[in-house]
Amino acid sequence: MSVVVAKNIRKSFGALQVLKGVSLTVEGGEVVALIGRSGSGKSTFLRCLNGLESIDDGEIEVAGHRMSRKPAELRQLRRDVGIVFQSYNLFPHLTAGENIMLAPVQVKGLPRQAAREEARRCLSLVGLGDRFDAYPDMLSGGQQQRVAIARSLAMQPKVLLFDEVTSALDPELTGEVLAVIENLARGGMTMILVTHEMGFARRVANKTIFMKDGIIHEEGPSAEFFSAPKTPELQAFLRSEVG
Amino acid sequence: MRTFGTPEFLFIVYALRWTLTLTVIAFVGGGLMGILLALLRIARSRALRGLTTFYMQLVQGLPLLVLLFLCYYAPSLFGVEIAALTAAAIALTVNSSAFLGAIWESALRAIPRAQWESADALALTPWKTLRFVIAPQAIRLAMPSTVGFLVQIIKQTSLASIIGFIEITRAGQLVSNATFEPLKAFLSVAALYFAVCFPLTQLSLWLERRTARRGART
Repeated sequence: MSVVVAKNIRKSFGALQVLKGVSLTVEGGEVVALIGRSGSGKSTFLRCLNGLESIDDGEIEVAGHRMSRKPAELRQLRRDVGIVFQSYNLFPHLTAGENIMLAPVQVKGLPRQAAREEARRCLSLVGLGDRFDAYPDMLSGGQQQRVAIARSLAMQPKVLLFDEVTSALDPELTGEVLAVIENLARGGMTMILVTHEMGFARRVANKTIFMKDGIIHEEGPSAEFFSAPKTPELQAFLRSEVG
Repeated sequence: MRTFGTPEFLFIVYALRWTLTLTVIAFVGGGLMGILLALLRIARSRALRGLTTFYMQLVQGLPLLVLLFLCYYAPSLFGVEIAALTAAAIALTVNSSAFLGAIWESALRAIPRAQWESADALALTPWKTLRFVIAPQAIRLAMPSTVGFLVQIIKQTSLASIIGFIEITRAGQLVSNATFEPLKAFLSVAALYFAVCFPLTQLSLWLERRTARRGART
């Protein structure tokens, strides 16, 4: 069953048309990588999928919820869609554990004890089982990003969105975050990732999508996408990324 | 004629409770109104924001002394006599609400948009986002200036002396008039203000250093 269906999405910021009719279908358990230069619309498209950006035209259905502008309906959708940001966006006044517990307790109404156990489980999943009581500023960037992933996981989302989650990290910290994502992929999590890590996209994503000027320029199963790019634009892009 | 002695000094000291009473009323009342104003200033509704801005600009554009006179004399237009304490409490509360509202509004705005966004993405309601994510960070940020403004309120209560309310400045005047020793009288008044304000300014400095050191953490 399709977890994400986006049809003909259009979006403008003022006079600038950022998305010019983007369509995407993601099946359960699939991992999709979105690549492209900055300004190609890939992050905007990702943010449309959980309503952080409103769309001007098109249809979105995620995890069985139709995209809505009504706050209550939007929250229903967001309960099933996790997102991890480039700059982590942890809540700095809460410990790692409290960051993770907040939404399960306040949104799902989980009892604190159950939420605490769930938070511990999620922290172990990202390899931080011993940092429950650490505040974000005591953690490295890579650790903070793993806490952010755990925070999303605790809501037991049906799909996880990753918005350039390693772009703010030093190369040596990138690996630990990618390893966590790869683990989730193996566990069957449905994921859409905007990324600049070509090797990672090739290895982990079932499907890769190249966006350019607000449209999907080329897409395909990752293996052939990277080994035999068809359009000259993608060929040029891949050459520049491998550099 | 009386000379300045212990009874005169104690008369001023006893008046301190009225200075403090007025301070507490203005801080608590102004604080509650200030919270409302700060929230209205970040509300979605343009009309509410506009109305709030108008109120805050109006109050901030009036000298407190004038506000005090207005509160004291305006009710008499309607044939109502108002106690000096009531007039002073209203004027100080109104004044404090506008300033505390401005302090807290800027603290709320200082929290990065990304914090709202990630709470949104976790499906928290706007109220819960404010309650659990934004306000705790904003309160820590606003603590030093809030305590700093509390010191201002304490000193502003001295203006109530002009409408005849007997707090320590007025008490000092009375003692000065009775003893013809204004220096001793007002030095005593000054010492009392300082004794109350100094610990608070120290607290404000400490809070500021702590905020700088720890960022938004507890």
